[in-house]
This record gives sequence, C-alpha cells and structure tokens, in this order.
Amino acid sequence: MSVLVVVECDKGEVKKSSLEVASYGAQVAQMLGTTATAVAVGEASEANLATLGEQGITKVLFDAEPRLKDFVNGAYTKLIAAATEQEQAKVIVLANSNIGAAVGSRLAIRLKASLATNVVELPKANGSSFTVKRGAFSGKAFADVVLSGERKIIAVKKNSIEALHNAGQTAQVQAFSASLSDADFADAPKQVVMQDQAGGILLPEADKVVSGGRGMKGPENWHLIEDLAKALGAATACSKPVSDVDWRPHHEHVGQTGITVSPNLYIACGISGAIQHLAGVNSSKVIVVINKDPEAPFFKAADYGIVGDVFDVLPKLTQAVKELG
Amino acid sequence: MKFLVCISNVPDTTTKITFTPDNKEFNKAGVQFVINPWDEYALTRAIELKEAQGSGTVTVLNVGEADTEPNIRKALAIGADDAIRVNAAPKDAYFVAQQIAHYAKEGGYDVILMGKESIDYNGFQVHGMVGELLGIPTVAPAMKLDMNGNTATLEREIEGGKEIVEVNAPFVASCQQPMCEPRIPNMRGIMTARTKPLKVVDAVGEGAATEVAEYQLPPKKQGVKLIPAEQAGELIKLLRNEAKVI
Ligand SMILES: Cc1cc2nc3c(=O)[nH]c(=O)nc-3n(C[C@H](O)[C@H](O)[C@H](O)COP(=O)(O)OP(=O)(O)OC[C@H]3O[C@@H](n4cnc5c(N)ncnc54)[C@H](O)[C@@H]3O)c2cc1C
Ligand SMILES: Nc1ncnc2c1ncn2[C@@H]1O[C@H](COP(=O)(O)O)[C@@H](O)[C@H]1O
Repeated sequence: MSVLVVVECDKGEVKKSSLEVASYGAQVAQMLGTTATAVAVGEASEANLATLGEQGITKVLFDAEPRLKDFVNGAYTKLIAAATEQEQAKVIVLANSNIGAAVGSRLAIRLKASLATNVVELPKANGSSFTVKRGAFSGKAFADVVLSGERKIIAVKKNSIEALHNAGQTAQVQAFSASLSDADFADAPKQVVMQDQAGGILLPEADKVVSGGRGMKGPENWHLIEDLAKALGAATACSKPVSDVDWRPHHEHVGQTGITVSPNLYIACGISGAIQHLAGVNSSKVIVVINKDPEAPFFKAADYGIVGDVFDVLPKLTQAVKELG
Repeated sequence: MKFLVCISNVPDTTTKITFTPDNKEFNKAGVQFVINPWDEYALTRAIELKEAQGSGTVTVLNVGEADTEPNIRKALAIGADDAIRVNAAPKDAYFVAQQIAHYAKEGGYDVILMGKESIDYNGFQVHGMVGELLGIPTVAPAMKLDMNGNTATLEREIEGGKEIVEVNAPFVASCQQPMCEPRIPNMRGIMTARTKPLKVVDAVGEGAATEVAEYQLPPKKQGVKLIPAEQAGELIKLLRNEAKVI
C-alpha cells in the first residue's frame, strides 16, 4: 500500500502547485504509516523528478511516451489508474488544476473511489474515518467531507499547503509503462497555444498578484499595474468588466466566473469589491485594497488599505518596492 | 443532433451563505435560486448549434426536487425544447453523474453539455464522471465549441493556455466563457415554456460516495489597517516586516 501523487511537469520542471501536492501526499503517507510514490505527467525530466525527494517522495514513476507531454484526459487517466494498481495505492493526490481535477473525476469512477476537489488542508484520519476540508460556495464557506470509499482521491487547491524542502533527499526515478494505445489519445490536442504571461508568471500559480479594475480608467494606464507587478515578481489580473471591454485578455479575469486565485498577496487597484469578484480572490492570504472611495466594499475584505487615487499611489508603491532591494 | 444540457439550481451569486443549525446543510430560507451561471453558456451554445444545424433538439436535465422547476421552466423559456427532472436531492457529484449518465444513455443524446462547475459545490466533477460512466471523452473546461457534422472542435483551457481538441460525438463538454453570450428569456419564450414537456423521472443507481459532515464559514477578517495615501511607501514596509509576504 502507498499514497500515489500525480505531479504535473512543464518544460522539464515539476510545477510549483505539484510540489505542494507532493508535500501533501508525503504527509498523508506518513500519517498512514506508508510511503509516497509520484507519477509524472507533462514534459518531465528525470533529473528534475529525482528532486521530488525534497518533498518527501520516495519513488517516481515516469512513462517516457512523448505524447504524454500535452494534456490528454484519456491517456492520463489510464496511466494513473495503472500506477494506482501497481502501487496498490489507497489515496491518490493531485492538483486542483484544470488537468488534475479533470483526470480525478474520471479516475473516481474507474477506481470506484471517493473524490474531493478544492481541498485546502491535510486530512483528518481517525480509525476508518477519513475527512478532508474543501472550499465551497465560491470561497464563501468550507465543507468537511467524509470520503467513505476504500480508495480516496484528493485534489489539492493551490497555495493552501506549504511545500516541504528537505534539501539533499532524492527520489528514485523508475521507468513505467501503461501500455497506452492510440484509442487512449482520442482527446489529444491538435494544437497547444500558450499565452504570453506578463513577466512570465502564470496567474493561477502566482504567489503574488496585482489586479486592476475599472478605476484604472483604460488599458493605456496598465503600465502602472505592470510596473508594480514586475517590481514584486507578481502576476497581473483584472476584474470582469475590464476583460469584457478588452482592456485586458479574458485569461486575466478573476472572480466567480473567471479564475480563482489564492496567492499570498493580492493587491486590488480601482476594484470595488463586488461579491462575484471576491469569490475569486477571498482565499488570498493577505489582501491589499487601493480605492479612492472609502466606502468601497472591498475594504471590508482587506487586510491593508489605502484610500487614495491609483494614479498617485501605484507609482509610490513601485518606488518603495524598488528601494527595498 | 440531440443535445442534452445539464443545469444545476444554485443560490444567486450575491447570496449571503448560512447553514442549518447542525451545519450539515445550506440554509435555503429566503434565498433566490438561479440557473448555475456556467450552465447558461452550455444552454445557449446548444441552442445556437441546433439553430445553425437547422434541426435537432435541446433537452435540459436537472437532478433536483420540485423547487427547481421554476429554473427548468426558465431554461425552456430561453429556448430548450423539453426537460427532464430527476426527482431527488442531489447528494453528491457521483450520485448526480449516475442519473445524468443513465438518462443520457436512455435518450441517445449526441452531445452532453454542462457548466464548468456548480458555483455552490464548486466540484468540477460531474462532467468527468459522466464521460467516464458512458465511456466517452469529456472536454473540460471548454471556452469554444464548434460542430462540423459529427465532429466537434473545442478549445480546452489549461493553466496558462489552451488546447485545440477535436472529438467525435458522442462526447461531454463543460462550458465557460467566452463561448457565447448567454441568452435571457423573451416574452414569447416565457409563454411557450409553459406548454413544453417537463418529464419527472425517478433516481437510479447507487447512493453517494461522499458526505458533508459539516459546513463552516471562513474566519472573520481582523479588519483593515489603513495607511494614509501620502505615506504609501509605508505599506510596502508593513507587507515585508509585519505580513511577511514580500
Ligand atoms: C453572474 C455574475 C458574475 C460575475 N462574475 C464576476 C467575476 O468573475 N469577476 C468580477 O470581477 N466581476 C464579476 N461580476 C461583476 C461584478 O458584479 C462587478 O460588476 C465587477 O466586479 C466590478 O468591477 P470593478 O470593480 O472593476 O468596477 P466598478 O464596480 O466600476 O469599480 C471601480 C472602482 O474603482 C474605484 N476608482 C475609480 N477611480 C479610481 C481612482 N482613480 N483611484 C482609485 N480608485 C478608483 C471606484 O471607487 C470603484 O470602487 C459578475 C456579475 C454577475 C452578475
Ligand atoms: N443537480 C444537478 N443536475 C443537473 N446537472 C448538474 C447538477 N449538478 C451539477 N450539474 C452539472 O455538472 C456541472 C459541474 O458541476 P460540479 O461538478 O458540481 O461542479 C454543472 O455545471 C452542471 O452542468
């Protein structure tokens, strides 16, 4: 028996969210008195996979089939199911990403497992009962969910678990084949288009986000957001109306009907804080609000605030970050 | 083509969330329920594709008790042809997926469209489960869906980009913006919706695979610390030394 962890890789490196997933899996394994094995998907490199030892992973299974580089739901599901059987895994941990959650729901049926997505904490295992905490109602609540199936699948929300770093530990990388056939690649992409990310930081993975709303007045002012983001090493985001009128691309829109982010730091500039916007950002660790209206609802959800004009405040903040060194 | 659109009935996006005294259930008292916003993309796109093909049907399906019927009627008013309500409280994603898979198979639908996720449960689960139960592909979440004969071209959002995917019917897709501009009912739609068929059927299959032990509200925020605009730089020092996030 072991815990199986699914790690997503990109350009030869394990994604940050998967380092969190690996650390989660290793801690569950410890609770259950077993070890954690990882199975890699995406564009992985063996040398990088070995470093998963730092997150507490003992062994990594790696199928070098080149078509696994891109996300294919059918093939990924079969690969992970095969790894589960080989390892006799009872708990499977993956990222609550568009990839991880999509694969998780297929696996739940194939492996007759209980599934929880959007999980924010380590489980509570007590005798035969196994409970996880997950976000619900678009960040407005949490639910403790009992996973009663003999097998359990957990999709872990980004930035909710601290990644472990036990320097010097290495994992053993093993070749693995799930004997995939062409039929498993029925939903293989014809083409993959990656967006240019501002400053190269992926919004869903970012641990700092600078976001702008209608108060920014127009796309020509976005350099103020970008300058601060660059100085902080943050990703940029926006409110829905901003992407609706094409000031910014759709993939930057956060909120109930956009991307959900949970960075350590979310800085909202000229955003009123409508409930649908908050739904996408309210699990951020620290929220900073800059708004000229002291009555803006966002201040109620904020940790720090400046009542002021973004055109005056933003350059001062960027300057102050640069001075920090 | 036969389209099946699965809609869930959720609290309006502005609802203040509260629970029953034992914290086991959402407190529905006084809450306005709407069609899950993501499912509106699925519904409108199905209607558009049917119109473009010049033939076919759009059926909406909901797993829910009688109180969901106003929103099923709303979907009919927007342009669905008929509706199925599986008469049961939606216990969990597995329970719901079994109902959808069963009635989808029985009705022989070509394309099954859902929303990206329900905004109450935030599962992102039902579409994958239905695809797996039926042994057909699920493309989730889809930002674009076009049909050419039996073949669909979809844009699937992945972190940081998109994949262009081609699949043949039957398939499941879960929809999100910017797929289409969701339609709202017009007067004629509302009138005709009253007489469109709404079939109530019984639940099938096994029970749920998960159970909510307790709901909780997030801990209250401490309250905002305001920094005067003239001293904006102070904020950065606080973020480093006090909040320790930069
Ligand atoms: C079903 C549904 C789903 C939705 N989903 C989302 C979603 O996912 N994401 C989302 O963001 N919204 C969503 N919305 C829209 C949401 O209700 C709000 O309309 C939207 O978030 C407002 O965007 P905003 O704050 O940028 O603009 P506004 O509400 O116009 O606020 C602009 C703010 O900027 C401030 N301001 C103006 N000038 C300055 C200045 N010079 N300096 C400082 N401050 C200034 C103003 O005081 C104001 O508070 C949804 C709505 C519905 C009905
Ligand atoms: N009770 C339900 N009845 C019909 N469809 C549902 C129901 N619950 C969820 N769905 C569909 O499944 C999608 C994903 O839901 P979820 O997995 O709960 O996030 C929703 O957008 C709906 O299209």
